[in-house]
Amino acid sequence: MSDGLFQFLLRMGDNTLVLGHRISEWCGQAPGLEEDIALANTALDLIGQTQMWLGYAAEVEGAGRTADDLAFLRDVWDFRNLLMLERPNLDFGHTITRQFFFDAFHVLLLTRLQASSDARVAEIAAKSVKEAAYHLERSADLVIALGDGTDESHQRMQSAVDLLWPFAGEMFAADDVDNAMAAAGIAPDPASLRAEWQRKVDQVMADATLTLPESQFAHQGGKTGRQHTEHLGHMLAQMQWLQRAYPGATW
Amino acid sequence: MYAQMVKSTGHGVKPLDEMDPQERAFQERIDAGDKIEPKDWMPDGYRKNLIRQIGQHAHSEIVGQLPEGNWITRAPTLERKAILLAKVQDEAGHGLYLYCAAETLGVSRDELTRMLLDGKMKYSSIFNYPTLTWADMGAVGWLVDGAAIMNQVPLQRTSYGPYARAMVRICKEESFHQRQGFDIMMKMANGTDAQKKMAQDALNRFWFPSLMMFGPSDKDSVHSAQSMAWRIKMNTNDELRQKFVDQTVPQAEYLGLTVPDPDLRWNDETGQYDFSEPNWDEFFDVISGNGPCNTERLNTRKQAWDDGAWVRDGMLAHAAKRKSQGIAAQ
Repeated sequence: MSDGLFQFLLRMGDNTLVLGHRISEWCGQAPGLEEDIALANTALDLIGQTQMWLGYAAEVEGAGRTADDLAFLRDVWDFRNLLMLERPNLDFGHTITRQFFFDAFHVLLLTRLQASSDARVAEIAAKSVKEAAYHLERSADLVIALGDGTDESHQRMQSAVDLLWPFAGEMFAADDVDNAMAAAGIAPDPASLRAEWQRKVDQVMADATLTLPESQFAHQGGKTGRQHTEHLGHMLAQMQWLQRAYPGATW
Repeated sequence: MYAQMVKSTGHGVKPLDEMDPQERAFQERIDAGDKIEPKDWMPDGYRKNLIRQIGQHAHSEIVGQLPEGNWITRAPTLERKAILLAKVQDEAGHGLYLYCAAETLGVSRDELTRMLLDGKMKYSSIFNYPTLTWADMGAVGWLVDGAAIMNQVPLQRTSYGPYARAMVRICKEESFHQRQGFDIMMKMANGTDAQKKMAQDALNRFWFPSLMMFGPSDKDSVHSAQSMAWRIKMNTNDELRQKFVDQTVPQAEYLGLTVPDPDLRWNDETGQYDFSEPNWDEFFDVISGNGPCNTERLNTRKQAWDDGAWVRDGMLAHAAKRKSQGIAAQ
C-alpha cells in the first residue's frame, strides 16, 4: 500500500510541478499584463501544491528524501506526471487549452480527494481545490473568449484542441496504482471522473464554438513513467541544473 | 530608483512672483504639502513630467521582470522558485498600479507601451545588465530593490495623489523583496566555495550599476530642480546614492563580501563613506541603448506584444460580441 500511495502522491505532485514549471516559462512574456500576473499566480499555486504533495510523498517513502530531492534529483523515468503537462507551451492558445483540460480534471479530482480516507491527502486537497477552481474559471473563460473571438483566435484555439485532445485521455486511464487507491478509499477511480469532465468540456467547447476531435485515441506512459515525451528531459536539464551541478550545496 | 534622467519640461524654476495666479496657487498648494488629484488643475509641464516619470517607473517594473524571470525555471529549490515567482508577480502588479496612476493623467497603458517598444520612453538602466548566476537573484533583491526603496520611500510623500498612493503599496512589497534578496546572499556567502564565489561575483558586477540607478551626479543633473519644486522628486541623486552606500557597505561586511571599490572608506569627519563614482560613460552608453542586454530586453517585450496581438484582439472581439448580444437581448 505504501508504495501505491507513494506512486499516487508522485503523480499528484509531478503534475503540479511540471505544469507549474511550464506556466512559469511565460514570465514577462504573456500577451498582456493581467495575463502575466495570472499565469505567475497559477504557477505559484501549483508550485505550492507541489511542496505539499511531494513533501507528503517523501514522508510516505520514508527513505530520508525531501520534496526538493524528489523534484530536483529524480531522472525522467521516475517522473509520474501526465504527458500533456510536459509538452512545450507553444502559443498562448495551447497553454490555455492544456490548462483548461487539466483544470477541469484537477477540480473534480481534488473535490473527491477531500473525502479521502487518508487524512493528509484530504487536507492537501482541501487546500488546493479552491486554487484549482479559480484556475478553471479563468482558463474556461479564456478558452471561450478566444474560441469565439476573431477568425485567427478561433483557428489557433481549434488547432490547440486538435493537438492536445489525444493527450487528454491519459487523465482517466486507471492502472494498478489507481485501483489500489480506489479500493483503499484514498482516491477515486479516475475513470469515474470522465463523464462529468466531458460535460464541462462539451459546454465550454460549445460556448467557444470549438469542436472536439472524434478520435478517442489517448497517448499514455506519463503517469506510469513507462515512456515520457522527449520534452521532459530538457525541462529537467534546466530545472535540476543547479542541484546537479553543485551537489550538497544548500540554497 | 526606476526613473532616471526624467526630462523636465520647464525652463528652470520660475519664482512665485513671476507665475500667473493659477500656477501660483498650484505651487502654493504643493509647498503646503497638499496632494494634487487627477481632476485638479495642473500646469502642462507638471502633467508631462509626471507621465514621463511614472511611465518610466512602470516600464522598469515590466522590463525588470525579465532578468529575474531568467532564473525562475532554474531556481534551485521549490521554495526559492515560489518566492521568485511571487516577487516577479509583484513586479507585474507594480507595473499595473503605476500604469493606472499614469492613466489618471490622460495617457493610456497602450500608448505608454507603444512608446516603450518604439524606444521613445526609457526604463531603468539596471535591467540592461545580465543575470548570470543564482547569486544574481540575491544581488538584484539586495542591491537593486534596495536602491529602488531609497527613492520610493520618499516618493510616498510626492505631490501627486495617485502616484503617492501607488508608492505606499509598492514600498511594502519592495522591502519584502529586499529581505529575500539578502537572505539568498546570506545562504550563498555562507555556503560552499563555489557559492561564495558566485556571491562575490554578483556583487562585483552589480555594485556600480546599482549606484548608477540614482542617475547622474547632481552637478550634471539638469532636470532635477523643477521636479523637486513640484515635489515629484524628493531628494537629489547624490543624496540618495550616499544614503544607499552608507546603508549597504555594512551589510556587505556582514556577508563577508568585498565591495569592488578600492577607494571606499569611512570618513570620520563627514560621518559617511567616501566612494568612487560609477563610470558615467558606461551609464550614458547603457541608457542610450548600448548596454549588455538592451537589445534582448526590448526584443523580448516586442515579441511578447506582437505574439500576444491575436489574444488581445480575440478577447476584445469576444467582449464586443457579448455586449452586442446583451443589447440585442434587451
